[in-house]
Amino acid sequence: MAGTGKAHLRDDTNVLLRVEDLVVEFPIGRTGLKVNAVSGISFDVLKGETLGIVGESGCGKSTTGRAIMQLPSPTSGSIVFDGTELTTLSGEAMREARTKIQMIFQDPISSLNPRRNVRDIVLEPLSIWKRGTAAEQLAAVDKILEHVGIDPQRAAESKPHQFSGGQCQRISIARSLVLNPQMIICDEPVSALDVSVQAQVVNLLEDLKKQFELTLIFIAHDLAVVKNISDRIAVMYLGKICEVSSSDDLYRNPAHPYTDVLLSSIPVPDPTVAVKKVVVDGEPPSPVSPPAGCRFNPRCPNASDRCRSEEPTLREIEPAHFVACHHPLFGGEAPVVVRSN
Amino acid sequence: MSQTELVRSELEPLIETIDVKTHFKTPRGIARAVDGVSITIRRGQSLGVVGESGSGKTVLSRSIMGLLPRNGVIREGSVRYQGQEISNRSDKEMQSIWGREMAMIFQDPMTSLNPVMKIGKQITESLRKNLSMSSSEAMAVAERLMHDVRIPEPARRLNQYPHELSGGMRQRVMIAIAMACGPNMLFADEPTTALDVTVQAQILELLSEQKRERNMSLLLVTHNLGVVAGYTDEIAVMYGGKVVEKAPTKTLFADTKMPYTEALLRSIPRLDQPSHSRLSTIPGRPPDIVHPPRGCHFAPRCAYVRDLCLNEEPELQQAASPDHTFACFYPVGSPEYLERRVELTRKGELVASEGSN
Repeated sequence: MAGTGKAHLRDDTNVLLRVEDLVVEFPIGRTGLKVNAVSGISFDVLKGETLGIVGESGCGKSTTGRAIMQLPSPTSGSIVFDGTELTTLSGEAMREARTKIQMIFQDPISSLNPRRNVRDIVLEPLSIWKRGTAAEQLAAVDKILEHVGIDPQRAAESKPHQFSGGQCQRISIARSLVLNPQMIICDEPVSALDVSVQAQVVNLLEDLKKQFELTLIFIAHDLAVVKNISDRIAVMYLGKICEVSSSDDLYRNPAHPYTDVLLSSIPVPDPTVAVKKVVVDGEPPSPVSPPAGCRFNPRCPNASDRCRSEEPTLREIEPAHFVACHHPLFGGEAPVVVRSN
Repeated sequence: MSQTELVRSELEPLIETIDVKTHFKTPRGIARAVDGVSITIRRGQSLGVVGESGSGKTVLSRSIMGLLPRNGVIREGSVRYQGQEISNRSDKEMQSIWGREMAMIFQDPMTSLNPVMKIGKQITESLRKNLSMSSSEAMAVAERLMHDVRIPEPARRLNQYPHELSGGMRQRVMIAIAMACGPNMLFADEPTTALDVTVQAQILELLSEQKRERNMSLLLVTHNLGVVAGYTDEIAVMYGGKVVEKAPTKTLFADTKMPYTEALLRSIPRLDQPSHSRLSTIPGRPPDIVHPPRGCHFAPRCAYVRDLCLNEEPELQQAASPDHTFACFYPVGSPEYLERRVELTRKGELVASEGSN
């Protein structure tokens, strides 16, 4: 099977995370069937960069984020973080490595322990890793809480349910920052929040990224939010990457028909703009038996016979803009490769 | 029905609420979830109700439909359906209205369906009860409904359980259930919030198509002004249990009066902005509805606040264009607003993207 290609990987000394041929499969009971959640994707993230990963439910974007943390370990593939191969680390070494990569999740309220007060929740990572004395730990926690806009005094007295959704997400962010990580994987961090609060959290992440020199992976299905925060975006569909490009470029010139569909589905907050007719029907097929060839072909308006048999690989159609499509919206047809097997 | 009668029934309000109040008794005191809302929905018209969490938009739609607990609730005001007062009816009396006249679809299609009942049974339940259809008649209607909401292979799907369907398909089933008895009024409470953007577009398209075909009225509750822009005739913006601005959709966007509406609009990330542009936010949080602030409820978060706003509560007033009302002392475009805007721009407190608007 043709992989989705690695043409977009960069040869840079500044690469913090490099994922190659990542495959994650989940067996279904004893049926012998498996869910092909992620099927051979590669990407890299530079230090200080924000990589956005977008796609519909079930495209494997969250699984990818979790696979980096080895939660659970991927079926195959390589994940090199800061020069260390994570997939072969022992349990104890991986625990240590996870202090450098942190995660924040979609539902801010259920990802915090409801029975503990907020200051203890943020403090726990420090006490587990015995960083500093008790007084130093408390000082560090209070400082972080102030950074994310939570009153430390209130945090000491309150439980998560006493805070709003947006505030709980700030608390999750504080907890992820307290160990001074290099990278934060944000899995749909604003999807459950009101629009007005979304903007607050996105702005906060941007500020903290600068202050703490963080590298971010921002996973979401809302392209408008992802576009704003990301430097580079990878569009995923059914376990594969279909397009990689700088954020502004992707929105100006989408090359993959699927990216185009995603973009045109975003409601425009302007009643004078006619609502675009939905250009795609249906939903992604099951990842248990993904279609042959290009995985988007059953829903693609441009699909040809070639798309149904041959899987496209990522290729560069303009500088730093990569697409895995035989018939992209621009950049010409994919060259036909004569394969030896 | 004669031509003139038809025209008259088009213009008559299908639903009219006058000063509806829904207050909940809580251990902390009285929570004023809906605090004096008057709205009118005409036949075939769609109204968007927009606001942040806790603004009362969901409680409003439930108050109209009479879906509130009987205990611990204080209800006031009048709800009229086709000219008849319905706010004082018992649940038993409301049963002739629920399903047949008004129906509701909810945000979370995963939990709104019964997980241990086949899809077919869930759709036919109301047909059999309300319209006294036989089982086979109802199944035939259900299959046609499934077809109408674009569910592929309807006959097979009728025999499946909810967990066998995707989120988008389940929301389509919810719509089919709501449509089953041909209601005149459909309440859709954040119908697409739990769905992907591509599916969201499909569902909104489906709702407005069904509305057109059945000449049904639609009340669309959402927190995202972007979602309602293309799909509603009129929008009511709610804040702290009250309507703070109401206008035909185009007017609301073109001639926004209330600074809160303006702030909501600006907080939507836009694709035409370059990446890493600072998003405008609304500082602070929605008001505490148990102890609302004095004066205008939005004043503590408003960039254009003045002394008067902190002391007196603005009443809804008429804007220049008909059907446009707002509750603000210093609306967008007023001399005081412009003066403050110049100050804010000078201090750099308005982000660049706001200036261009």
